[in-house]
Amino acid sequence: MLNIPTRKPLLPSAAVDLRPYEAFLIYEARLLDEGYFDDWLALFTPDARYWVPSEPNQPDPFETVSLMYDDRRLLETRVRRLSDPRIYSQEPRSRTSRTVVNLSLEPATGGPGVTVRSKFVLVEYRREEQRLFAGSYTHRLIGEGDAMRIAMKKVELVNCDAPLDGLVVPF
Amino acid sequence: MPLTTDYSNETLSRMVEPARVHRRIYTDPEIFELEMSRIFATAWVYVGHESQIKNPGDYFTARVARKPLVIVRSADGEIRALHNQCAHRGAMVVANDSGCTDEFQCCYHGWTYHLDGKLKAVPLNNGYPDDFDTKNPKTAMVQVPRVKSYRGFIFLSLAAQGQSFDDFIGYMKTSLDDMIDRAPDGEIELAGGVFKHTYNGNWKLYLENLCDAAHPWYTHRSSIAAAQQQKDDAFSDGTGEIAIRQMRQNGAPYSFWENQVGIWTYANGHSYLGDYHDDAKLVAALNDQTFRDYHTAMEAKKGKAETQRIMEVRRWNSNFYPNMSMMSQFQQIRVIHPISVNKTVVHTYCFKLKGAPEQMFRNTVSFANVVNGTGSLVLTDDLEIYNRVTLGLSSDGAEWLEIGRGFKTDEPDPHGGRKGKNSTSEVYIRNMFDAWRGYMLGDAGAAKKQVA
Repeated sequence: MLNIPTRKPLLPSAAVDLRPYEAFLIYEARLLDEGYFDDWLALFTPDARYWVPSEPNQPDPFETVSLMYDDRRLLETRVRRLSDPRIYSQEPRSRTSRTVVNLSLEPATGGPGVTVRSKFVLVEYRREEQRLFAGSYTHRLIGEGDAMRIAMKKVELVNCDAPLDGLVVPF
Repeated sequence: MPLTTDYSNETLSRMVEPARVHRRIYTDPEIFELEMSRIFATAWVYVGHESQIKNPGDYFTARVARKPLVIVRSADGEIRALHNQCAHRGAMVVANDSGCTDEFQCCYHGWTYHLDGKLKAVPLNNGYPDDFDTKNPKTAMVQVPRVKSYRGFIFLSLAAQGQSFDDFIGYMKTSLDDMIDRAPDGEIELAGGVFKHTYNGNWKLYLENLCDAAHPWYTHRSSIAAAQQQKDDAFSDGTGEIAIRQMRQNGAPYSFWENQVGIWTYANGHSYLGDYHDDAKLVAALNDQTFRDYHTAMEAKKGKAETQRIMEVRRWNSNFYPNMSMMSQFQQIRVIHPISVNKTVVHTYCFKLKGAPEQMFRNTVSFANVVNGTGSLVLTDDLEIYNRVTLGLSSDGAEWLEIGRGFKTDEPDPHGGRKGKNSTSEVYIRNMFDAWRGYMLGDAGAAKKQVA
């Protein structure tokens, strides 16, 4: 379910309409940027995984540590904590701005739906410091329109193995 | 030119009192420089594990007192530590984190070295002064004078002379023993990658937090509350379950932290916190299938009595002053890298218990994610504390920091150390400052002596 093989990119078919997926990813990014974390959580399926590897090309989240690896239960706890007034690492809150671009689509592996690959740039500002994150998103999406849901989201940071200060706001 | 001109031994000595320390110990770059030369460049420090260099030619790079080193298994099987520096123009020779090689070659002018650091060849070996001799042992990647592997854990001292490793480690070697003893096959192996986290704060803050039984209930309240409210019927592949159980354990009441955990300290700044877990998945309890399988594997290899003895060792974090903290029950080691007076990087590694069920290591990884993950729901609040202490200490409004909790009630320990009557005693901080005084004042005897 998590092991989406990396292969040489193929020239995409001009017939594929990316717009519904692009709209979905932009909507997801807005929910995160604007702090609607409960609504973000509602985008995930009941057995979803959310994964931020700690190594480039990390094969799985079970035999190697991850910056974040949440099954649905832990993702619910992560999101609940974000709204707790005693979350000291978010006092003051981060402000974020995400840009999601370069979408491509392929049949899903490891489950139903489609795999959508994209690039993101995330700027995080908190307490006089601005951090820049960039990398690739891989979403496995099922359903269409309002019923579109995230079954898997993998976030590959270009600096995933750098020494980093705490990562609190989800990518 | 000496960077440190202002601190006489007398001044340094006055900065550490029995129950309080001066704030400049955490904030002054000159103190930091002295700590690098007098503590990190003389003490025994942990650099890695033998399973990282199983075969001749295997190496990994490390950093001690900010100096780049390469730790290598030489052709003769010996483990050596070399200054990662070319004898020619000083360039760092080995650029990869780890690898296997039959020689080291500098990328600048191609000087090559044997695995023991001796110079092997110099291109354009002509035109040098008459006394230039490639066989001169000083024309080499210089060896670190003292390297010691204790049952696979590699420590080194950059100083040729000083306290012996056995005196340094003392009774605390039992924490390292405990990690290895828990492997049914009697062997452990580094695995599972590495976490690197950083904070804007002094290196000492990290060690001072790890045995602090008074902070979880307060600092980690957001993750405790979120975990307590979590419904257990939401899907988990096992990862979230381990994480949420751990966060709930942090929510034990103060009376529990105070009376049922335990804090023990030993000479040279070392200490360990007792275990505080009663959760069936987080300790070796027999109503969990993975632990049952593990227990069976242990008894098959070690017998019932020895297995019971091992399982009854219940330690949480063990701190080896000045640069390492470990936890035997979840097979984890953290290595502290001071970068500057208010910048620190910590590397966290996991170990696999050979002969244990595969699920044990998956639990180790899940546990590392929640306790030491850079995106953990727990660690992120600790990092915030370190950053805030640094911001607070930039003020000289209060000149002194209190380290006096438990001061009047600490007790001797049968193994020659000193333990807190209550688990929230700051005896382990006072103990680290006894060691600090010993190293900083250049008195090895003082480093060994405990004044709690």
